Amino acid sequence: MSSHSIQIRINGRVHQATVESRLLLSDFLRDEAGYTGVHVGCEHGVCGACTVIVDGQAVRSCLMLAVQADGCSITTVEGLAAADGTLHPVQQALRDTHGLQCGFCTPGIVMTLAALREAQAAPSEERMLAALSGHLCRCTGYQGIRRAVRQLAGTPAESAHE
Amino acid sequence: MNDAQHPPQAGRYIGQRVERKEDARLLTGRGVYVDDVSLPGMLHVAFVRSPIARGRIRSLDASPALALPGVYAVYTAQDLARFKIDMLSFFLAAPAVQITPLASGRVAYVGDPVALVIAQNRYIAEDAAGLVQVDYEEETPVVGIDAAREGALVHPDSDSNIAVAMGEEHDEAIEALLAQAPHVVSTTVHHQRVAQSPIETRGVVVAKHGEGELTVYLACQSPQMAARYIAQAFGLPPTGIRVISKDVGGSFGLKVQPWREEIAVIAAGLIFGRPLKWIEDRLENLTASNQARDQQMRIRAAFDNEGRMLAAHSDYDLDNGAYPHGADCNIAVSMFLWAAYKMPQFNFYTKGWFTNTVGLAAYRGPWAMESLARETLLDIAARQIGIDPIEIRRRNLVYKADQPRTTPFGIPLEDITPAECLELLLQKFDVAAFRAEQAQARKQGRYLGLGFAAYIEPTAGSAGISVLASDVAQIRIEPTGKVSAVLSTHSQGHGTQTTMAQVIAETLGVPLADVSVHEDDSSRGGFGAGASGSRQAVAGGGASIKAAELLRDKLRRVAAHLLETDAQRVRIENGRILVDGEPEKSRSLREIAEVAYGEPERLPEGMEAGLEAQYRYRPPPLTLSSAAHLCVVDVSADTGFVKILRWISSEDCGVMINPAVVEGQIAGGLAQAIGTVLLEHVSFDARGNPTAVTYKDYMLPAISDVPDFEYHHLCTPSQSVGGFRGVGEGGCIVGPPTLVNAIADALSPFGAIPLDLPLTPSKLLEVIEGRSMAPRPAESAPVPVPSAPVPSAAPAPVLEAPPVIATQTRIDGIWKLVLATPIGPQKFNGNFVTDGDKVSGTLDSDMGSQAFSGVVEGNRLRWDLKVTKPVSVTLKYDVLIEGDKLSGKVKMGIFGNAKLTGERG
Ligand code: FES
Ligand code: FES
Repeated sequence: MSSHSIQIRINGRVHQATVESRLLLSDFLRDEAGYTGVHVGCEHGVCGACTVIVDGQAVRSCLMLAVQADGCSITTVEGLAAADGTLHPVQQALRDTHGLQCGFCTPGIVMTLAALREAQAAPSEERMLAALSGHLCRCTGYQGIRRAVRQLAGTPAESAHE
Repeated sequence: MNDAQHPPQAGRYIGQRVERKEDARLLTGRGVYVDDVSLPGMLHVAFVRSPIARGRIRSLDASPALALPGVYAVYTAQDLARFKIDMLSFFLAAPAVQITPLASGRVAYVGDPVALVIAQNRYIAEDAAGLVQVDYEEETPVVGIDAAREGALVHPDSDSNIAVAMGEEHDEAIEALLAQAPHVVSTTVHHQRVAQSPIETRGVVVAKHGEGELTVYLACQSPQMAARYIAQAFGLPPTGIRVISKDVGGSFGLKVQPWREEIAVIAAGLIFGRPLKWIEDRLENLTASNQARDQQMRIRAAFDNEGRMLAAHSDYDLDNGAYPHGADCNIAVSMFLWAAYKMPQFNFYTKGWFTNTVGLAAYRGPWAMESLARETLLDIAARQIGIDPIEIRRRNLVYKADQPRTTPFGIPLEDITPAECLELLLQKFDVAAFRAEQAQARKQGRYLGLGFAAYIEPTAGSAGISVLASDVAQIRIEPTGKVSAVLSTHSQGHGTQTTMAQVIAETLGVPLADVSVHEDDSSRGGFGAGASGSRQAVAGGGASIKAAELLRDKLRRVAAHLLETDAQRVRIENGRILVDGEPEKSRSLREIAEVAYGEPERLPEGMEAGLEAQYRYRPPPLTLSSAAHLCVVDVSADTGFVKILRWISSEDCGVMINPAVVEGQIAGGLAQAIGTVLLEHVSFDARGNPTAVTYKDYMLPAISDVPDFEYHHLCTPSQSVGGFRGVGEGGCIVGPPTLVNAIADALSPFGAIPLDLPLTPSKLLEVIEGRSMAPRPAESAPVPVPSAPVPSAAPAPVLEAPPVIATQTRIDGIWKLVLATPIGPQKFNGNFVTDGDKVSGTLDSDMGSQAFSGVVEGNRLRWDLKVTKPVSVTLKYDVLIEGDKLSGKVKMGIFGNAKLTGERG
């Protein structure tokens, strides 16, 4: 098994490591770098729980090798809140709307929405919902998540009925 | 769009949509799930699993795996045999058939764990698992219930593929009523197998500390329950076992008890000594984690000309797979099938079948089939009789005015409100306007449909189930004045750290922010079953209120004594002690607590130091929740796709602790219901190979599949302390029939839809286009595999009355007997003494001894025995003795028949 020396900036801090070529980025972030907020739900790219931001793009870290991230800058869910603990607007919106239950899918959802806001100041509700269609949540029935999206998009909370 | 009709006892915290305490850590990646635990020296486990559904293990060669650098050990069933492990059911009953953590000699399903590898990391462990050479002698598997009826015995040592059976196939009285009735409606409902599929899979980390202590980090539904289970399964002292379970990524019944893999890893950890971790991957989760539902029901119901119920019979079959969490014929399905309706008479026949598939486990609302079968039948009945589906429900549902009453099963109904929920629902939706819109749409080729369902749900049930009997709250006001509570509740997303804190803060009169709830460590508190059966609000909430009241009373007595006033005049508000009319005597909790802990001589004479209280609460035997739902769908006649346009829930879960949490539970259940009806299907080919093994094939609902739900709450306080009712499972129970009925309504111009879940677009197109779209999978025709001869299921029906053979048989003496009951096999001894045509003796178990007397006819014995626990019922024994074997049945009143087997002791 070939080994490679890699250097990755994670949440602003540079990590240097020697890794096997087959090591998944998700496992590297969790086990080697200690960012256990990166959750692994399927390891085949469907659930979205492992999503992190790699050079500004939301990426499923279970579908990328650690060696492929050499030289990249990565943000995980641990790196989003401000140093004083103030939550990122996406985190705050999910908190306000009861957008999570077990919290296992949550980091991936947070990172996908955060990446959209990084690319574009105010992504539309449709854009955010389309991006979230690639995330699986087994607990919430997506109700709070959709309320959070509406809050972020500035749409009135109540739907058409009543 | 959320309105609580009469929120009684809404308080400062109870009834409020407060933010969840859990969310701060979970949103920032600081939760601790089992895979986040890493211990010094920890090694990793991977399983070698059977690629065939049935066969004998001829040989196993681990040497290629052991030769791989980084591999420490490979264990098989032989290595674990040093522990006499009993794979108990959730009720802690012994299994109906022998179950070992690793396959012992035979494999019984694809994915059956055959060996486990311990290695330096998971990558190497998985490499090594692939190198273990196993030679199997493959046999033709038994896949599906129909195959189980005729096929080989799944467990060759058993005498039948029936795991458990109860009830009566033929009831003369019911048949007579059905024969005379003006209308008889019959239907057969097939519910596919589904996977609970929490986004976090199963996982365990085990660490042995010397000989006497073991720490287990576990994804589970209750650390307390898991610790008790492990202690009992291994025969270890419970005090040495500590189960830690901080955050769990969903469970839904799957993690209700540790199962073969977790137990195997714990055994391996005990042998190997170093900490071990196993985290299931998704493929394992979708193939080798116990699954759910997979059942069918044939139901016949008689109605009079006004659509009033007269009588019914149901015939229910449930696939148990090879190794169920507990052999199960799901008696709750029969108990609750008609419980919310005025069905005067009914009977049932219910069977659980062993097959060569992965075993059965619970899934949110395990008895949900009762609502699916009944509510879909009611719509068919309405169409057949020619009345409105709402009207047929109104005529038969139990209204408040019809109570108190008792169901034929003996369930007392005092305050159920399914009919009132339906009436509330009808105030929120204009049915007439919808019917006009539907008619208009049909003219344009759009097929809209409206579906209803109503039900009641047993929550926090504890009658006769010892593990569910009580929950404990231990609350203390710390010397700092802050409040800590250690509870036997547990959250896998339920938010009990918040809701229980709301209840405690309300009762004590302290700020919510000052209350911390701990429920993650079995060594910190006392036994309780945690999350199961929608019980935490009722059992945990009740315990929390009672303990907080004890503590509040002590605090008032202490404060009154220190402040030289009367306890009646002391109030606690917002964390401060106030004395009526004497504002200068206001004190912080901390000031009082410091004295209580640090200067006990200042306390009233004889009072214990500190500010701590504990209460073990026994909830009512059963607390019933009610609901009625409706949904509106648009089914495309071109594609067969179902779009859900609207969904309204009207439910009664008593006093709500946190409406946002209540609605979250309903919504989560409804999304799962949508998955069940439209998408999810654990399927097998004829050889028992699972064919939905990733999330690409096993489709969970995504955000685009789930509409916005609307909620309306009736809040009828229950009899429990606090007035709460459970709400964890309801959406998953009432959701499926609501959606199926809406789809059936939409497609009614084309004919009846098949009641065969999931209702995929191709199945619906068959209805729309009136032709068969796809070849059915040939599940019923397994490809025979050349195999060693295996005993076949005896075709004779098990529960027939035994024939009388007039020969001289030896009866007297001790017999070892096993009764197959709904909560697992019960073992006891019988001591028989005959005297001519009379037999008498005793039945002896750990629970005591009971004398009986009855009659002998040849080798047939019959006697009656009255029992009062867990319910009052007369057991009618009817058994046949042949040589050293005994077989027969026990009629258990309304609970139907149970099988009795035995041998000479
Ligand atoms: S774990 Fe990466 S998408 Fe599921
Ligand atoms: S909150 Fe549990 S999976 Fe989304």
